[in-house]
Order: sequence, then structure tokens, then C-alpha cells
Amino acid sequence: MSTLDTASALRPRLLGRTTVKIVVGLSVLYTLLPALWLVLAASKKQDALSGGSIFSLHDFSFVQNLRNLFSMDDGIYTRWYGNSLLYAVLGAGIGAMVSIACGYAFDKYRFQHKEKLFGLVLAAVMVPQTVLALPLYLMASATGLVNTFWSVFIPVLFNPFGVYLGRMFSQGYVPNEVLEAARMDGAGELKTYLRVSLRMLGPGVVTVFLFQLTAIWNNFFLPMVMLSNQKLYPVSLGLYTWNSSATVSPEYYQVVIMGSLLAVLPLILAFILLQRFWKSGLTAGSVK
Amino acid sequence: MTTTAPSATTAPAEKAAPAARPRSTRRGARRRELGAASVLMTPFFALLVTVFLIPVGTAVWLSFFSQDEPGLGFGPEHTVFVGLRSYAAVLTDPTFLGGLGTVALYCLIYIPLMVIGSLGLALLLDSGVVRLRSWAQLALFLPHAVPGIIAALIWLYLYTPGLSPIIELFAKGDITIDFLGVHTVLPAIVNISLWSNLGYNMVVFYAALQAVPREVIEASVVDGAGPVRSALQVKTPLVRPSIVMVAIFTLIWALQLFTEPKLLSLATPMISQRYSPSMYIYDAAFTRNNYGMAAAASVVLLVVTIALSYGVTRWTNRADSPEENAR
Repeated sequence: MSTLDTASALRPRLLGRTTVKIVVGLSVLYTLLPALWLVLAASKKQDALSGGSIFSLHDFSFVQNLRNLFSMDDGIYTRWYGNSLLYAVLGAGIGAMVSIACGYAFDKYRFQHKEKLFGLVLAAVMVPQTVLALPLYLMASATGLVNTFWSVFIPVLFNPFGVYLGRMFSQGYVPNEVLEAARMDGAGELKTYLRVSLRMLGPGVVTVFLFQLTAIWNNFFLPMVMLSNQKLYPVSLGLYTWNSSATVSPEYYQVVIMGSLLAVLPLILAFILLQRFWKSGLTAGSVK
Repeated sequence: MTTTAPSATTAPAEKAAPAARPRSTRRGARRRELGAASVLMTPFFALLVTVFLIPVGTAVWLSFFSQDEPGLGFGPEHTVFVGLRSYAAVLTDPTFLGGLGTVALYCLIYIPLMVIGSLGLALLLDSGVVRLRSWAQLALFLPHAVPGIIAALIWLYLYTPGLSPIIELFAKGDITIDFLGVHTVLPAIVNISLWSNLGYNMVVFYAALQAVPREVIEASVVDGAGPVRSALQVKTPLVRPSIVMVAIFTLIWALQLFTEPKLLSLATPMISQRYSPSMYIYDAAFTRNNYGMAAAASVVLLVVTIALSYGVTRWTNRADSPEENAR
């Protein structure tokens, strides 16, 4: 049987096909419409929001809304945005390198209690962040790091799932023969890692980076526990505080919506630009 | 240590082997490997100790102690050993038990919906009927790039009367709907989580389905399986590892439920500050400043999480084995 026949035999009949299209179409609408609402709401005047005329073509004031956002509370939004970028990009960059290096060592080197240590790493994946928050807060208070950049930055570097992925990628992308060849040439282990293996692990590094970038950008609980100085807030926590004030002073609604729209953009951009890397990463995670 | 002993005893045999290198270089190679491994692993394990092991240990330690204020609230606080008192207090606190119940119900609704929904969509996309497949995938995946707090914000506005076009639409058909009422608030939270993660898990399943060898599916067609049967009885069992992984990760995240109810609590009295165990921990630690209670609640949540994840793994392994034997 040729592949073409198989394909046609597997294709549902007309009625089934229509149902499939309707189901997928409705799901796409379900995911897209709230996002579309965010875009429309961000570009409308404050009064138009509550008038229910969100889908009409009047009352646009996108530029004015942008201006309002950046001037609200002395332009603190820019500060939050910068903080988020710093926490997320720097944190994910360092975190991914640390996790990949560790996963690589788990795959390529023999040492005692290896599987027990790896079990500990996997156990760390399971532990809820809320469980660690109070002890971390107390530790940060004791060392005077509470309410500083470091109190949020250091914990987010820890990414045990990245180590698991690093081990999988190392198995898949770095053949042991390459290491043997490098050893024959008399290259040191670390030099081999930096010059040869790391380059082969490139897609893996990007995947772990992207996952961690998303996690840190989304992080809300830890900053809420650690930070009281608004100038150190990431966007997520900043928008939460503004939204809390909106119940008292409604002029915040519009800036929260516009702020949310801008806060969504970096991740969407990163996911689209790095598509071919993270899609391979998803399969690596599930093959066991 | 175990490495040197065998090499000493097998030394004569090694001499006979033509490719054997001198023992000293082998041992040197071993030492170099260990050195490299420790350099590469130290940063991660330093983090593991400081932001994971010590905090978990501290949580357990704190749960056995309490800050008792002496007398009439004068004088410094001091820490006293209270044994299991905090646990007893937490486990008899109706608000904590209520939170556990809420999260259990949330899991029971959310996890099956999520797994079935995302797997179903992946199978539909994999069936080859839908055109513009990669666009559909991208659209479904989009909410994953929206931070949880912003997803909650968007839906909060869509649930708020006067702001929401959905409520307005229903109102035109003379239907009054309150998304934040006593019976609707939990489904409303499930909806936010589903919206955020459906597409992500769909992509995980889709990638796994793509890895299914085409011959297997062709064989099922030869056997006369239609599209539905081949999807449910051939493809689905083959992506079982992905289903287990998605289920476990969804479970772990679901048990930590915090962001969505925390944000919605601003808008509805139906969500108390101790709505979920994570909110209970936050409230105990940072509003009531009762570290012993917060730590005990944390340890309970940790034990529940580990027990459930372990249970799911064991259960799926057991369900796996008869199949393996039959093959």
C-alpha cells in the first residue's frame, strides 16, 4: 500500500471532516478572542471600555493610552519592564547554562551515587514554589537580601527540569565518539565541553532558555513575597498592584490593559523567532 | 574508591589486552573526568542546596516551632518547640481543609478536561484534515506566551459585568450570568487555566504524535481501522509517556493554585484569602505572621504533592505492565 492510499484511507468522510474543522475552528476562536479583546481594549478610550462598544470602530486612542501608560506614577512602568527584562533574560541565560552543564555532566561522566543525585534533581521538579517561599524569605531577611534585586534573581536561576532536559539533549546531540576523539587529541574535558559539546547542544540551550524565560517572566509569587520597593517590581507584580488600585480609582483600568498588552509581546516574539528550537525540545522532554 | 580496587586486581588481564592503555593514564583520565564533572555540576548543586534543600529543611524545622509572645505581649518573642501542635492546628482548621477540598475539586475538573482536550486537538490536527495546520497550532499556543497574571486579568475583565462583552451578549438574549458567583467561580478559574495551557500541551502531544512511525499507522489501515479507531486505539497508546508527563506536570501546577484566585479575590467575595492551600500559606506567613502554621501547611502541601505524583507514576506503570506482558 502506498503512502498516498494510507493517507486517503485515514481521512475522515465529509461529515467527519466538517466536524473536525468546526471543533478546531472553535478552539482557535476560544484561544484568540480573549487576546483580541486585549488588543481592542488597549486601543479604546476609557469610557468605551464600559460602554460595551468594544467591537465598534470608534473611540480609538491607542497613542494617547500609550502616553498615559508611560506617564502613570512617574513612568514607573518603564522601570518595571526593564526589571522584568533583566530578571528574565539574564536569569534565563545564566540558568540555562548552569542547568545544561549539569545535565551534560550527568550524561557523559561516571561518578558515585549518580542516579541518586539525579533522583534528587527530579524530586526538586515536584516541589511547589509556595512551599519554598517562606523559608526563602526568612533566609533573605537573615542575610539582608530581602527587598533587593538578588532576592528574586538568585532563586529563579534554579531550574531542575532544565537539568533533566540537558541530560536528554546531551544523549541525543553529543555522540560519545566525539568526546573520545577529543581525548585522543589530548584536549582537556572542560575545553572539549566549551569548544565542541556546547556548540552541539545549541538547540538544547535555546529550549531551556526559552522555558526559563517564560517561567521568570510569569513569576509573580516570589517577587510578591520578597519585594516591597515598587522600583524593583517586575511587570507582573506591578500590574497586579495597579489592578488592586483600580477598584478605588478606575483610571487605572486602561493602563493595566495597555500594560498587559505590552507585557505579552516579548514572549510572543521569542516563541515565534525560536520556534524550530523549542518544538524539538518538547519531544525531548517526553521521550523517556 | 570502588574504582581503584577492580583495576588493581584485573591488571594482569589488562596487560594481555592489546588496546589497554597504561594504568596511570587511565586513572588520570578518571580523575580528569571527576574534575570536569565537579566543575560543571557545582553551580547547579550550589543552587540546589541554597534555594531548595535548606529551604525545605527550614520549612520542616519551622513547622515544629512557634513564636510565643510572653505574658501580655511585652518582652522579646522567643521560639519554643511545640512538636506537632502546628500540624494539629492546620489539619483541624476548616479553612485549610476547605482549601484542600477546593483544590481537589479543581484538579478533578481541570486535569481530565486538559488532558482530553489537548490530546483530542492534537489528534484532530494530526489527522491531516485541517488546512493551515501550523497557523492553527500557533493560534492555540498563543495563550502560553501570556503570563498567568495577565491571563487572569484578561478573564477577570471578561467576567466583570459592565466591562465584559460576553455578559453583554448573554444579556441581549435575556440571560443573566454571573461568572463570579458561588457555583461559577471554580469553573471560572478552571477556564483561565485551561485557556492558558491547552495549546502548550496540545503542542507536546502533537510533537509526540509526529514521532509515531508511519508504518504502524499504515498497518492499522491495512487491518481496516478507520480514522477514529486508529486515533484512539493505535496512536493514543503510543503517546502514553507524553500523556503521563502532561498529567503529572498539570497535577503539580494545579496543586499550587495561587495566581488566578489571588487576582479574582479582588473582585469577588466568593474567594477568601485562604481559598487554596497556597493562598493559605501566604496568608499565614505574611498576613498573620504565624510561621509555624505556614510551615506546617507547606509541609502538608509538599507531602500531598509528592504522594500524588508518586501515586500517578506507580498507577500508570502498573497499568502499563499487563500490556507489556501481552505483547
